[in-house]
Amino acid sequence: MGYICKSYLAVYNKLNMNDFIAARSQMAISLGFHIIYSCIGMVMPFFMAVSHYKWIKTGAPVYKNITQAWSKGVAIFFATGAVSGTILSFELGLLWPKFMENAGPIFGMPFSLEGVAFFIEAIALGFFLYGWNRFNKWFHFFTGLIVGISGIISGILVVSANSWMNNPTGFDFVNGQYLNIDPIKAMFNGSWFNEALHMSLAAFSATGFAVAGIHALMIARKKNITFHTKAFKIAIIFGAVAAILQPFSGDLSAKNAYKTQPAKLGAMEAYYHTQPYSPLVIGGIPDTAAKKVNYGIEIPGMLSFLVHDNFKEPVNGLDKIPVRNQPPVTITHLAFELMIAIGSAMMILGLVYFIAIWKKRSWLYKKWFLNLFIWATPFGFIAVEAGWTVTEVGRQPWIIQGIMRTSQAVTPMPGIHYSFYLFTAVYFTLSIAVIVLLSRQIKMVPELYDR
Amino acid sequence: MLYVVIAFLFLAIVLYFLLGGADFGAGIIELFTSEKNRQQTRKTMYHAIGPIWEANHMWLIIAVVILFVGFPVIYSQMCTYLHIPLLVMLMGITARGTAFAFRSYDAIKGERTQNLYNHIFVYSSFITPLFLGIIAGSAISRQIDLHPATFLAGYIFSWLNYFSVAVGLFTVALSGYLAAIYLIGEADDEKDAKRFIRKAKYMNVIAAIFGGMVFIAAGFEDVRLARWIFGNAVSLTAVISATISLILMWILIYRGKMKIIRIFAGFQVSMILLAVGYMHNPYFIMIKGGKNLSLYALHAPDKTIDDLGWALVIGSFLILPSLFYLYYSFQKKNEIV
Repeated sequence: MGYICKSYLAVYNKLNMNDFIAARSQMAISLGFHIIYSCIGMVMPFFMAVSHYKWIKTGAPVYKNITQAWSKGVAIFFATGAVSGTILSFELGLLWPKFMENAGPIFGMPFSLEGVAFFIEAIALGFFLYGWNRFNKWFHFFTGLIVGISGIISGILVVSANSWMNNPTGFDFVNGQYLNIDPIKAMFNGSWFNEALHMSLAAFSATGFAVAGIHALMIARKKNITFHTKAFKIAIIFGAVAAILQPFSGDLSAKNAYKTQPAKLGAMEAYYHTQPYSPLVIGGIPDTAAKKVNYGIEIPGMLSFLVHDNFKEPVNGLDKIPVRNQPPVTITHLAFELMIAIGSAMMILGLVYFIAIWKKRSWLYKKWFLNLFIWATPFGFIAVEAGWTVTEVGRQPWIIQGIMRTSQAVTPMPGIHYSFYLFTAVYFTLSIAVIVLLSRQIKMVPELYDR
Repeated sequence: MLYVVIAFLFLAIVLYFLLGGADFGAGIIELFTSEKNRQQTRKTMYHAIGPIWEANHMWLIIAVVILFVGFPVIYSQMCTYLHIPLLVMLMGITARGTAFAFRSYDAIKGERTQNLYNHIFVYSSFITPLFLGIIAGSAISRQIDLHPATFLAGYIFSWLNYFSVAVGLFTVALSGYLAAIYLIGEADDEKDAKRFIRKAKYMNVIAAIFGGMVFIAAGFEDVRLARWIFGNAVSLTAVISATISLILMWILIYRGKMKIIRIFAGFQVSMILLAVGYMHNPYFIMIKGGKNLSLYALHAPDKTIDDLGWALVIGSFLILPSLFYLYYSFQKKNEIV
C-alpha cells in the first residue's frame, strides 16, 4: 500500500501542472464550449419561429419541414447547453470558491433571474417539441417563440453577470470587506448594456452564418434545393443584419473598455506608449520585452479618434498601468485582431447578400456566391471565441476588476489538472457527438423532412 | 425574507429529489429490466418523461443558484470539500442528459449507436443519484474537515465513508421506487402495469433494506440519526405518516387506482426528507468538531436575500402554472410526432 502511494506521488509530481493554470484552462474550455451550444440554442428558436409563422400563414409544407428539422437541432443544442450550463453553475464554486464566497451575493441576481428564465425555456421547449398536432397552432407557435425569448433573456442575464466582473459596482470595498451590497445596482452596472448588446448580436450573426453555411453547402450539392434555399434565406437574413450592426456595438464596447478597463484596451490594441495622435495598430505581433509591435500597420491618430472622437487627444497606454496589473498583451491583441478581421468579413458578406437580393438576384445560385457562405460557416463562432478571449484574458490578473485577483480565488484542492483533462475529454467527446448527430440530421433531410 | 428563501431552497431540493429522482429512477428501472421487456419499458418511459425531463432538472439549478447567491459561504465550502463527488455527479448529469436527448434525436436509429446511448443512459442514471445521495449524506455526516491534514482527509474521506455511501444507495433505491410507482400509471396495458408493480415491490424492499443500512452505517460513523428522527415530534410524525401512506398505497394499487398512487409515493419520500431535514435545520452542512454551517448565520446580506426572495416569488408565479399545465397536457396520451 505504501509503495502504491509513493509511486502515485512520484507520477503526480511529474505531471504536476500548476493548479492555478489548470483551473483557468478548465474554465476556458468549459466556457468556450458552452458559448457555442448556448448561442445556437438561444438563436435557432427564432429562425424556427419565422419558419413556423410562414407555415401557419402560407400553409406551404416546406416551412413545416424546415421548422421540424430545425427543432431537432434546437433540442440537441438545448440538451448540451443545459448540461454544460449546469456544469458551469457548479464549476464556479468548484474552481473559484473564494470568488463565489464574496461575489455570489453581489452579482448573483442575474443568475437567479436566469434560473427562472431558463426554467421557462425548458417548459416551453417541452410544449413545443412534443406539441405538434396536440395544441392550437397559435399556442404551439407561441411556445416556440417563448423558447427563443427566454433563451435570449437568459443569455443577456448571464452576460450581465460577466459584465459585473469587468465593471464591479453595487458595493463598497472597505478594508477587504464587501459592504453596502446592492445586487440590483450590480446587475445594471455601467457595462451590462454594451456587453449584452454585443453578445446578442454576436450570437445572431454567428448562428445565422453557421446555419446558412450548412444550407448553402446542401444547395451547392443540389440536394432538396427548395427546402435548403428557404432555410438559407431565413438564417442569413438574421445573420447579415446582426453582422452589419455589430461594428457599431463594438465601437461602444471599446469606448466603454477604455473608461472602465484601460489595461484591457491597451492590451487589445497592443498600445504601450501614451502619445498624442495615438495610432491604431492593425495586425502585427507584439514584442512584450521591447514594448513594441512588429509587422503591424500603424494608422496615426486613429486610436485617439476611436476613443475620444478626435485625432489629437492622447489615449492612455499600458505605460500608465503597473506591470503586475497588466493582462497578457500578445494573446489579447491577437484575439482582438482576429475578432475584428472576421467581424469585418462577415459584415461585408452581409452587405453582399443584401446587394444580391436587391440588385443581383442571379448571384444567389452562383457557385462562387454559395462558396462564400460555405466558407463562412465557422467564422462567427471563431469570432465569438476570440471575443471572449479578449474579455476574459484582457481582464487578467483580476477576476473582479481591481478588487480580487484570479489567483486569490482558486480552490485550495490540489490536482486540478486531472479534472482539467477530464473536462477536456468530455467536451471534445460531446462536441464530436453533436457534430455527428447534426450531420446525420442533415443527411436524413430527404427521408425525414422533405420527401 | 430569509425564511422565504430557505423555504424555496428546501422546496427546490425536495422537488428535485422527487421529479429528478423519478427521472433517474426511470433509467434505473431500465437497467434492471430483462432484455425482452426493455424495448417496451423504454417506450413507456419515453412517453412519460420525454416532454418533462428537462424541466425536472431545472430544480437543481434553482437550488444551486439559491445556495450561491443566498448562502455563498456554505456553497463555497461544499464545492471545496465535496469537489470530487460533485464532479462525478456533474459527469453523470451530463452523460445522462445528452444520452437521452441523443437517442431520441439521432436521425439514423442504428442499432450500435442506440445501444451505446442506452448504456450511457442507464449507467449514468444509476451513478448520478448515487453521488447525489453521497453528497447529501456527507453534508450531515460530520466528516467534512475544514482544516485537513492530508489530501485524503480533506477531499476523499469527507464523502467516502459508510454513512454517505449508504445514503447514496438509499437514494438510488428511492429513485427507482418513485419511477416504478410513476410508471405503473403510465403503462400501456394490464401486463405492463403488472410488470411495473412487481418492480415497485422490489424497489420498495430494496429501499427498506438500504434504509436499514443507513441506520447501521450511522452507528458506525457516530451520526445520531436515530435520535434526530425518533427524538422529536415532527420527525416522528413524518415517519409514521409515511408508513401509513405506504400501506394505504399498496391497498390502492391492488384496487387498481394507478394514477393517484404517485402522490402517495411522493409524499413518503418528502416525509423522509422532512424527518431528516427538520432536526438538523438550520445546519445545512455539519462538519467535524461540531462547528456547523447554519443557514441562519451564514446568509448573504439582507438586501441580497430580499432581492433573491422577490425574484423567487415572482419567478414561481411564472414557473409553477406553466409547469402544471405542461404536466397536465402530457397526461393525456397521444402519439408523438
